[in-house]
Amino acid sequence: MQEPILSLKNVVYSFKTYGGTVKAVRDVSFDVRPGEILGIVGESGCGKSVTAQCIMRLNPEPPGFFEGGEILYKGQDVLKMNKKELREFRSKEIGFVFQDPMTSLNPTMRVGAQIEEVFRGHKDISRQEVKEKALEIMKLVGINNAEKRYRQYPHELSGGMKQRIMIAIALVSQPSVIICDEPTTSLDVTIEAQILELLLELREKLGTSIIMITHDLGVIAKICDRVVVMYGGKLMERGTVDEIYYETAHPYTKGLMESIARLDTAKDERLHPIEGTPPDLFAPPVGCPFAARCEHCMQICNELPPEEIHFSAEHSTVCWLQHEMAPETSFRRPHMDAGKEEI
Amino acid sequence: MAEYRQEQFVVQGKNTEKMESISRPSLSFWQDAWRRLWKNRSAFIGLCILVLYVLLAIFAPMLSHYKYTTMDAQAMNQAPSAMHWLGTDATGRDQWVRVWMGARVSLSIGLFTAVINMCVGAVIGGLCGYYGGKLDMIVMRIVDILYGIPSLIITILVMMVLGKGVAPLIVALCVVGWIGTCRFVRGEVYRLKEQEFVMAARVLGVPDFAIILRHIIPNIIGMLITNLCMSIPGAIFQEAFLSYIGLGIAPPNCSWGVLAKEGIAYMRIHPHEIFWPAFFICTTMLALNLLGDGLRDALDPKLRGTE
Amino acid sequence: MARYIIKRVIAAILTLFVLVTIVFFLVRLMPGEPFTNPKLTPDVAANLRKYYGFDQPLIVQYFKYMGNLLRGDFGYSMHYTNKTVNYIIGQTFPYSADLGIRALCVAVSFGLILGILAARKRGTKIDFFCVMVAIIGTSMPDFIIGACLQYFFGIKWGLFPVAKYQGFQYTVLPACALSFYTLAHVSRIMRASMLEVTTQDYIKTARSKGLSEVRITAKHQIRNAIMPVMTILGPTVAAVLTGTFVIEAIFAIPGMGKYYVESVSNNDYSMTLGMTVFYGIFLVFCNLIVDILYGIADPRVRIGKK
Repeated sequence: MQEPILSLKNVVYSFKTYGGTVKAVRDVSFDVRPGEILGIVGESGCGKSVTAQCIMRLNPEPPGFFEGGEILYKGQDVLKMNKKELREFRSKEIGFVFQDPMTSLNPTMRVGAQIEEVFRGHKDISRQEVKEKALEIMKLVGINNAEKRYRQYPHELSGGMKQRIMIAIALVSQPSVIICDEPTTSLDVTIEAQILELLLELREKLGTSIIMITHDLGVIAKICDRVVVMYGGKLMERGTVDEIYYETAHPYTKGLMESIARLDTAKDERLHPIEGTPPDLFAPPVGCPFAARCEHCMQICNELPPEEIHFSAEHSTVCWLQHEMAPETSFRRPHMDAGKEEI
Repeated sequence: MAEYRQEQFVVQGKNTEKMESISRPSLSFWQDAWRRLWKNRSAFIGLCILVLYVLLAIFAPMLSHYKYTTMDAQAMNQAPSAMHWLGTDATGRDQWVRVWMGARVSLSIGLFTAVINMCVGAVIGGLCGYYGGKLDMIVMRIVDILYGIPSLIITILVMMVLGKGVAPLIVALCVVGWIGTCRFVRGEVYRLKEQEFVMAARVLGVPDFAIILRHIIPNIIGMLITNLCMSIPGAIFQEAFLSYIGLGIAPPNCSWGVLAKEGIAYMRIHPHEIFWPAFFICTTMLALNLLGDGLRDALDPKLRGTE
Repeated sequence: MARYIIKRVIAAILTLFVLVTIVFFLVRLMPGEPFTNPKLTPDVAANLRKYYGFDQPLIVQYFKYMGNLLRGDFGYSMHYTNKTVNYIIGQTFPYSADLGIRALCVAVSFGLILGILAARKRGTKIDFFCVMVAIIGTSMPDFIIGACLQYFFGIKWGLFPVAKYQGFQYTVLPACALSFYTLAHVSRIMRASMLEVTTQDYIKTARSKGLSEVRITAKHQIRNAIMPVMTILGPTVAAVLTGTFVIEAIFAIPGMGKYYVESVSNNDYSMTLGMTVFYGIFLVFCNLIVDILYGIADPRVRIGKK
């Protein structure tokens, strides 16, 4: 097993509002390995974006603040970095692609200048080299006519083109990790396919790890290696894509999968949406956050938070149904021995 | 393991009540606005000052035994005293009474001008924005041209045509004053008209007046109120300015602008004569600005639920 | 860009035409005539009327006046006999312009600084101070500020001369008095606009690039936040101009505002008309320049998208 390049350990992140504290991320841990695409999936408001942004500490602080945990990047804790180290980390080591390319580019700056800005503060590089790199990356992300586009303003470009520029900004300094926060949600389907294709291609060429945040299991299936399922600010299930799809161990994951239409869904077959809405993290439930919407909810689910149970090196879930006293369901999987985990 | 009991593992199924639960307190628009206005200390102080001044403007001249026109050659340019609370002016008139008579004029000019401008502007702008078409095009061309003309110049000329007095002043300030509101309301209505909830109402066959009443007005009323509160100081400023250059209120009537003008003439020898009118003008403006800021924050639907 | 400028220029010319027409007829509507002095015999009055062209039909007078305007002739004063309005404007406008430009520079530069500072230090004492300055500034009419400055700095403490306009130290008080309201206004708008921009996504993008806070503020926030401030520059020029009317009177500066106010109280119609039209042209011209500057600053306007 490769050493993780980035790992989150028991991260707790909250926001202060007028009525009290909203616990947006509650005790989340996962690893990102070199060159892999990790998907984070969940409904809106389940803490995906906040998690992603707190890796780079992009959430406004205040009102946001870390209550605990650590984020290790190549062994260094991001939370303990000083301003200068943090800037260096953001500009050289990690990139971020935001959800809405329409509003994520500065309308008063030329596209080229916005890409080149990443090199601001890098001392060992000349202006000419910076420009060459910018043009090179623009070509790499599939922008034809890069010379011309370089001098244009964001409003002169289409949505897909803007998202390519955003990806170029994230990639230009050749970081080891880029985080894509629903990069295709605001684009139409054909453009979405192109952008996903591009991400896969870039991973091949540059070996960059990608954290892909999405609510779309289709996107996950298409490009990810491993998946983390989040709900109510907590981790529900994680594993490789195949494990998540074929050996689903959490009712929420199953719910997510049943609520999307597929080509092989029969005509008269109905979709099964998950009824209800995610919990308000203003006052999160004591037990499992999904308890209220779960068909298999037991008394204990409302009383105590379940513990993480491992099935294989990658696959684990957080659910009471896996407990030996729980009734037998299709979710039940053989547990991995505690000792085996070490290997 | 022993700590768990078997009955804890009985499947209960979904909890339909809890799954839609909302743990934040839910407030109506006006409740939320009031909460934020109340929490905003400075806006509340502004409101208190305004109420106090309005009450004084109504009652102070009635309760004093001086009249604002009575001159007293024995008591000219007196400093504040028990007899004359704010002193007297160059012709021996009691300043306390004159200040509050002036407040009546200044405050009512401010209020009437702002209200008239808002109504005219909102109606014209609303109609243009909602119905659009040729009417909108013609009116907006006219408005665009009028908007380019410096309003002050028109105001001054209209004052010169109509002569001094309260009514001419209000007319002069309203001739071009509605244009700002008109543009703003038209823009807002135009924007709202295109939004899905209005579309939905229209598709359902809701008549126009009901759409305007239920969907458009509630969405712009907050901004209109804020706008109103913010435009009162402007009108009072203009009145003071016009009175200062000799075009506002004809003597013996007075307004805060007139009092300030008279006071400045004697400033070197009797500074109190400028101080009090200036004090009341400034504190009124301050109160209105604070209240306006507070209202803007309280009524802005975008800021709902935030601090 | 060229199309945008041409459009603006045409609009400005149209505005000017409407303005001059309105002003001309309003001035003719004014009650009383300039030649109602009882000392004038009917004969002399009639002669004067003829001399000034008042005996002709209104429409003829109107076209004559427009013709003169096109040649740059604003008419003559009836009060200061033998002086043309052009002459008086030529004598007095430089003072007003000098004062106005100083005030504008002070107002815009300090206003922007206060606004930016307040927004950057939001919620701190610095913010509170800046907001207080802004609120007090917008709460005081300029003649009161002028009177206060004159009283304290001029009369009481004797730091600056109180009247006339003969050197740098003479300009300090009137320029400050004139700039205060605008300064406050600019700082309020700048602060609000900075805070609005802070929540925009592209600021997050900038942060994700690892830029320093200073760079983010300078390059991303200010550049975008300054747009709303530019839109009020037109009205701001008008406000400063209005201010000159009273400030010049208070500080006894021989500027145009003082003469304008005088002409109003002297019923000097032709001078009022001439000066009003001059002010109108001036302001419309300023608005035009502001519009063009706005187009240069915001690439979205330049291309013609709204």
